[in-house]
Formats: sequence, structure tokens, C-alpha cells
Amino acid sequence: MLNRLTATLDFHGQALTLRSERQRLLASNIANADTPGYVARDMDFATALRQATGQGGAAATLSTSTAGHIAAATGARAEPNLLYANPSQTNLDRNSVDMDRERAAFADNSVKYEATLRFINGNVRTMLDAIKGQ
Amino acid sequence: MSMFNIFNVAGSAASAQSQRLNVVASNLANADTVAGPDGQAYKARQVVFQTELMGQVGAAGVRVSTIQEDQTAGRRVHDPKHPAADAEGYVTYSNVNPVEEMVNMISASRSYQNNVEVMNTAKTLLLKTLQMGQ
Repeated sequence: MLNRLTATLDFHGQALTLRSERQRLLASNIANADTPGYVARDMDFATALRQATGQGGAAATLSTSTAGHIAAATGARAEPNLLYANPSQTNLDRNSVDMDRERAAFADNSVKYEATLRFINGNVRTMLDAIKGQ
Repeated sequence: MSMFNIFNVAGSAASAQSQRLNVVASNLANADTVAGPDGQAYKARQVVFQTELMGQVGAAGVRVSTIQEDQTAGRRVHDPKHPAADAEGYVTYSNVNPVEEMVNMISASRSYQNNVEVMNTAKTLLLKTLQMGQ
């Protein structure tokens, strides 16, 4: 019973970790807007979340055959599949950061991060109400 | 917590941009100098940015790898009465292009502002995360 209560909390927890991961990626892109040769990176959020929560199309995992092998990290802690951004305009210094796109993605990601936070807060409040029985 | 790394990433970028701004200021200040401390005409300087990995995958900061001197010949003006004139009566001024420097300055200040914005957003999100479940 109790683990059914926390199942949705776990899902949102994974989503929050992934959102913060993506926020960091976008911050790196914005920071490197003037670095020659830098290639902007991003993640496919839907796929990454599906892999992190183990729904459909499980991520390829490394098998551990000897005692010395270290198991790969699972969930949102695992290394996400990072993609490279397609440059919308060619640049003389081979930098592929599109500042407009990055800023838009950054704003979008921070709003969704906050939304996930509110979902978690709502879940916690529901659970507390259920415990208190009021 | 990957969000804390945003401060390192955006902070390194802001520091690199302020160094660039510093170099622009020094170039503009010396736009009309005839001789530098070594007796030669002042040479315009440019910073070269480089990506610096910050421990985790996808956390890429910036650092200034070198400061390069522009080796093009300086502006030569015919002025035989000038104390720094050579045998033919020409005075060699610095090779600073003020228009280029102004453009560089605007670009640096915009990038700096972008990084400050990123840090502010990250700070707001982290503060809201701290209040999770309350």
C-alpha cells in the first residue's frame, strides 16, 4: 500500500533529476556561446525519462560477468544519451550554439522543473492529509 | 546535485567574459598610443576561449586559454614634428581597430548578462527545491 503511495513520487523524482541535468546542459551551452569549436548538446527528454523510469524500450545495460565489474548506474543517475544540436546558421568559428534556441529551451526547462516540483509538493500534501485523516 | 554545478559553469563563463571585457578596455585605452612599455607600438590583444570540463558529463565551463597579440602592422601617420617620428617622418600608432573593439565589447557584455540570468534562474529553482514538501 505504502509503496503505491510513493510510486508517483518516485516518478516525479526521476523527472526532477533529469530536468536538473538538462538545465545544466543548457547552462553549459549558454556559457560556451563564444568558445570556438564548441558543439551544443541537448537530450531527448521523453526518451531519457522513459529509460530512467524503466517504461518501454529499456536502455541497453552492461552485464557484470566477473566480481570486479562495476554495475552501470540505473535510473536518472545513469548517463543520458546526449545529442548534438544541428546548427541553424553556419558559424565561422564552428560554434553551433544558437542563443535564441538555448534561451528558449532554458526558460522552458525551468518552468517544467517548477511544474515537477509542484507535482511533488502536491503529492506530499495529499499523502500527509491521508496520514492525518482530516 | 547537478544544479549546483550550474554556478560553476556560468561563473567560469562570466569570469572569462569579464576578462575579455578587460582586454577590450585595455585595447580601447591604447587606441592612440604611439609606443608601449617596450618602445614598440601597442598591439591589440584578443582572448581565446576554451571549453573546460567540470567533472560531470555535460558540464562544460569556459576558460581563457591564451591572450593573443594582433601582429598586423600599426597605423602609420606622416607627422615629422612628432617626437616619435622615424627617419622618414612617419609615426607608428597602435593597430587597434576601435570599431572592432566596440563590437567585441557589446558581445562580451551580452554574453555576461546571459550568464548572470542563467545563475539567477538556477538560484530561484534551487531555493524552490529547498522548500520541497513544506
